[in-house]
Amino acid sequence: MSMTITEKILARAAGRDEVKPGDNIWVNADILLTHDVCGPGTIGVFKREFGQDAKVWSREGVVIIPDHYIFTKDVKAHRNIDILREFVKEQDLPYYYDPGTSNYKGVCHVAMPQEGHVRPGEVIFGTDSHTCTHGALGAFATGIGNTDAGFVMGTGKLLIKVPETLRFTLNGKLQKGVTAKDIILRAIGDVGVDGATYCAMEFDGDGIADLTIEDRMTICNMAIEAGGKNGIIASDSKTEAYVRARTDKPFTPVTSDPDSPVKEHRTYDLSELVPCVAEPNLPDKYAAVTDRTDVKLTRAYIGSCTGGKISDFVMAAQVMKGKKVSIDTFLVPATQEVAEGLMSEQIDGQSLVEIFAEAGCLDIAPPSCAACLGGPLDTFGRANTDEVVISTTNRNFIGRMGSKQAQIYLASPYTAAASAVAGHIADPREFL
Amino acid sequence: MSDTPPVITGTVYVVGDNIDTDQIIPAQYLNLVPTIPEEYKKLGSYALIGLPEACPPFVEEGQMESAFPIVIAGRNFGCGSSREHAPIALGAAGVKAVVAESYARIFFRNAVATGELYPMESEIRLADVFQTGDAATLDIGAGTLTAGDGTVYSTKPIGDVAPVVSAGGIFAYARETGMIGTDSQ
Ligand code: SF4
Repeated sequence: MSMTITEKILARAAGRDEVKPGDNIWVNADILLTHDVCGPGTIGVFKREFGQDAKVWSREGVVIIPDHYIFTKDVKAHRNIDILREFVKEQDLPYYYDPGTSNYKGVCHVAMPQEGHVRPGEVIFGTDSHTCTHGALGAFATGIGNTDAGFVMGTGKLLIKVPETLRFTLNGKLQKGVTAKDIILRAIGDVGVDGATYCAMEFDGDGIADLTIEDRMTICNMAIEAGGKNGIIASDSKTEAYVRARTDKPFTPVTSDPDSPVKEHRTYDLSELVPCVAEPNLPDKYAAVTDRTDVKLTRAYIGSCTGGKISDFVMAAQVMKGKKVSIDTFLVPATQEVAEGLMSEQIDGQSLVEIFAEAGCLDIAPPSCAACLGGPLDTFGRANTDEVVISTTNRNFIGRMGSKQAQIYLASPYTAAASAVAGHIADPREFL
Repeated sequence: MSDTPPVITGTVYVVGDNIDTDQIIPAQYLNLVPTIPEEYKKLGSYALIGLPEACPPFVEEGQMESAFPIVIAGRNFGCGSSREHAPIALGAAGVKAVVAESYARIFFRNAVATGELYPMESEIRLADVFQTGDAATLDIGAGTLTAGDGTVYSTKPIGDVAPVVSAGGIFAYARETGMIGTDSQ
């Protein structure tokens, strides 16, 4: 039987020759990811169910990356990180990235591949819906709740339903000023916020080869915004080079069988895509930038697992170089590595940090999730009033970045930067 | 969840489509850890506090629980994050069941895995039929929601997850089916 990449990975993880959509199967996990918001509850479930002295199923399998509420005075947020620390010590876990130390990373989904925890063909469960990001490297990766995570922590297994697949074939090349974010906002706009519910979103086509690993992460990151169970792109030589540079662990990549049946198939000519936004309050409210240049903004936000990678800041800097922003512009690198890249990456001899400072952006914040999800009241960049924000993040739900009065437009780093300069939604192609 | 599917009678709270987890429990309350009993209760007091201001309060100010045991919703209820705090906040507030036109996958799964509430799907859209404060009786076993005027609406069979729900969540199911030992508490 011919199978999709998702079906093949799940079949292998279940020890079966084949599976089909709708099968309920127990699969073996390679990695369980958790963070400061869901880790303490997961640990609570694990101990309640397996006993106070229980040991995790695999010390190397559990990856804990605190990232959500780091730079806040909130007492409970700090208590939660202490719970993680204590657990890591008790279980002697090698993969913990402690805030306040040189080992701190930042946003888990950018740190995961960066630290070599994402490998093609593997199964990753994470207590965060954007765990789907890791499909960008050809893994099956999906978000789960604390109870399921507590179960995985103790057993290394989870009962899951094999998803149907929606296949998006991306052909051709993006035009200048158009990015991976524009691809995924277009796709979500087309299928709707529940259009991929329970389904795998698989991206293939000759356009993939040109996309960087970070571009692919941007695309898979937002699969959940269409309700997808996972986003996935088969690995290629770029993926393998990226992974091999970061880990010695062996892995066996998997690809879809040619013409494996899917629930729905859409084809895109990338050269026809344009810079776009998702309007408040849902990620599927697609609009071309050129149709929304009348929208006045009060702030711009560049950060998160979707739009806070080094390539995202390079794009923003290309637009802002030699210009001034006209609204408050918040920059939050996803990880420490990205923060370092802001100093080392240069455009025409000028570092990104210098370009942003000259453009009048606010001082760059230390890496974390920050205002992507609002967070405690003292969070950097949190929208506390009726702000109108253009943001490189992934969600524009009511209240997502703080106040319910705030309106959030999702966009690419190019579009966010161009709009920060213009003070209204602006077409980045005029700035490049 | 108990062995016999319950019959729930009370007033309903009605919401529309795409009620995301940020509206069910906004991020600023995610510092609360659901497995710590006082914090579990506190999560309940904040359930649905992220709805637009025009909506009637789901939990009255100063109360820990809601007066509405049943939530009726449109499509894609619980979309967004994987935070289990969402079904837990509703469960802690005293919600026994949600009757929605459809669910986001992770919310549905978390509701089942935790046993916090029954995520029922309605055959037809009920968000336009009921109004907040209407009386109703939900018979989980029979798959019916009966309005105050006696009109009966059916809910869909709970499907593949039925064995997990009737066992009482993922741990109980795994023990029943021998996937994990029964000796751990
Ligand atoms: S950056 Fe935003 S979307 Fe990504 S993990 Fe953090 S809070 Fe979630």
